[in-house]
Amino acid sequence: MKPFPTPKAFESIEAITDALASAGYISTPAISTAIYLAYHLRKPVLVEGPAGVGKTDLAQSLARALSFPLARLQCYEGLDETKALYEWKYGKQLLYTQILKEKIHDLIEKTDSLEASLDKLGGFRDIFFSREFLEPRPLLKAMEQSGGSILLVDEVDKSDEEFEALLLEILSDYQVTVPEIGTISAQVPPLVILTSNNLRELGDALKRRCLHLHIGFPEPERERRIVRARVPGITEDLLTQLVAFVQRTRNEKIRKLPSISETVDWARTLVLLHADSLDAKMVQETLGVLLKRQGDIAEVSGKVEQLVVEALADATGAG
Amino acid sequence: MERALTSFVRALRAAGARVSTAEAIDAARTVALVGYGDRAVLKNALGITLAKTEGEKSIHDALFELYFSRQSEAAAAEQHEEESAERSGDERETPPGDDEDALDYDVDKLMALAQAGGGAAAAAMERAAAAAQVENIRFATQAPYYVRRMLKALGVEKLEHQIVQRLEEHTPAAEALAQKMIEAQSRLQKMARKLVDQHFEVYGRRATESFQNDVIAGRAITELDMYDMERVKTVVNRLAKRLADRHSRRQRLKDRGKLDVRKTIRASAGYDGVPFDVFWKIKKRDRPKIVAVCDVSGSVARYVRFLLMLLYALNERVADLRSFAFSSKLSEVGDIMEQQDVEPAMNTILRTAGGGSTDYGQALLDLTENYTNLVDRRTTILILGDGRSNHTNPRLDLFRDLSDQAKRVIWLCPEPPGLWGSGDSVLPQYRPFCASVTHCATIADIERAIDDILLAYD
Repeated sequence: MKPFPTPKAFESIEAITDALASAGYISTPAISTAIYLAYHLRKPVLVEGPAGVGKTDLAQSLARALSFPLARLQCYEGLDETKALYEWKYGKQLLYTQILKEKIHDLIEKTDSLEASLDKLGGFRDIFFSREFLEPRPLLKAMEQSGGSILLVDEVDKSDEEFEALLLEILSDYQVTVPEIGTISAQVPPLVILTSNNLRELGDALKRRCLHLHIGFPEPERERRIVRARVPGITEDLLTQLVAFVQRTRNEKIRKLPSISETVDWARTLVLLHADSLDAKMVQETLGVLLKRQGDIAEVSGKVEQLVVEALADATGAG
Repeated sequence: MERALTSFVRALRAAGARVSTAEAIDAARTVALVGYGDRAVLKNALGITLAKTEGEKSIHDALFELYFSRQSEAAAAEQHEEESAERSGDERETPPGDDEDALDYDVDKLMALAQAGGGAAAAAMERAAAAAQVENIRFATQAPYYVRRMLKALGVEKLEHQIVQRLEEHTPAAEALAQKMIEAQSRLQKMARKLVDQHFEVYGRRATESFQNDVIAGRAITELDMYDMERVKTVVNRLAKRLADRHSRRQRLKDRGKLDVRKTIRASAGYDGVPFDVFWKIKKRDRPKIVAVCDVSGSVARYVRFLLMLLYALNERVADLRSFAFSSKLSEVGDIMEQQDVEPAMNTILRTAGGGSTDYGQALLDLTENYTNLVDRRTTILILGDGRSNHTNPRLDLFRDLSDQAKRVIWLCPEPPGLWGSGDSVLPQYRPFCASVTHCATIADIERAIDDILLAYD
């Protein structure tokens, strides 16, 4: 592994925050620290938290900010190495066999004994199981990037236990073993980000090998900054009120709490409707953007007026 | 400060967070990277490397506050002492490092410590706490014991001895001195108590909680009262999570012995008839389908609450769940459970289905007549009831039909086996058609029954 100069963005925790901000991702000290440690300790980061708080977006923004290639592996039940690591290009191999069948006669024409023809054939490389016929999947692709890369293993909790075991080798040594070829090591270890929605408890071995970052729902201040960055053209008044309302809603007894992504969607909706400030009627009409369950909408819609009043009061306090 | 980190890791382990050696090494590398300079950064960084679950994170954060604030205070105090010792011309023969573990101060020193407070006193208390092994505290009631042990380690007994002596002299001067000593003693005691309480927050609380949770899961349901309900909810949710974890993986067991000929041949068409992709037959596993039928007559109603709580806490795992309640007539209660909180839901259920004398025959009739196609061969029927049918017709014919259609019938009875069949109980007549009839008295029993049901689908 040859030394690779530290990119400017990884020099300090603040530099990471700035780099992420340039890609439109509003970071927190915890998030930036995790990325900083991940780079310098060469360890994968396991990101957990509710859906829609920007776990996947973190990896994507990081790739954008550093202009690193991003290899993304979406996990699901039944994912195996042929889809995650590598696969042989069967079709191409077959095609080459056909060509060889025709050419082999010309090749061994001049030899007169079986031994001589075998010798002649032995002189050729083992062509069928070579890199040329290897189809790299995301994990291998990330290893092969010479300028560093980001590897995103998304929703790792959806994969099977066997796949977790497969990840262990890759994540601790940054290498992939292909029996026919040998071990392929990463020239520059990729920065690995795993995300999990905690659908099932991940194995202890995997957890212990990773740095652990929990991203929760954002503070009002951070949420405002995120919406401001994502929804240009939103008025400051509406922004403060809207965020205050969402923060209030998270205290309600509902099943699926609204995430950052829902806040952003809702903000876009309200901007499209030319809203300058929050009022109960408009909230009532657009509640479906914020809440995704019929039961939750029913629960909140009875309290909209009260929540709007409270949110407006919060907003005046915050502004 | 290396020592600070290792003892921090040790403290984390003692508090119940699982920290491996590799992680401790990571933590050391982390510290080397970010340094001790910025507390907020250090806290974040250590949290990221050392704590891997939300529970561990909360332990870590609490312990970090407790540990590093005291550590730095104690360290600062020691440094200060060293400096002042050097300035006063090396009066102390022994290097300050060796002095560290020597406790059992003399009376003057104790008075001075109590008077001064601050860093030096904190450092002394810290060492006394280590000597008294306060980190072993598990229950709040142990606090006075550990306070006493700390004071003893500090040498307070000598101070107390002196107090008694001074008081016995009966002179104003001696009494004034004794008064001062008493003040010092109580001040030291307060300091010790504060430290012990902090230790209990970190080390004890979790132990107490998990102990109480275990007690609740194993206690007879009839003995649980309303005061326990909040705790019961956490216990039930934890059990549900554990059940869901255990059964969440639908293992795709490939039946390696059987080749899926049709699929293989179809796939080989693309490779000129050469079977490159070989397909094996995969055993399909059924998704759990549960029909819960609960007797909500007086004596059984309280069990129903816990069964339904646990079943509905499992809703991610058991998507196909129908539940019914009956006493004389039967009604579906799934919607009520899904839409309302446990308490109001139970009240609604008792209002709609409760009351009237229990009639199992009528309930079975309602179930088969009003809900046709409810039961198929993948369904497990879970019945919670005492089988006391008030001498009405038990309708064994209907029960047998249901049992034939279903995958299994599981009966949970809150009464102990000795009472089955006594009086108006018709449980023994139903029993031959059930896959199992079990006595359930605790939440743990209910959990085991559901575990058993889900196991049949894995």
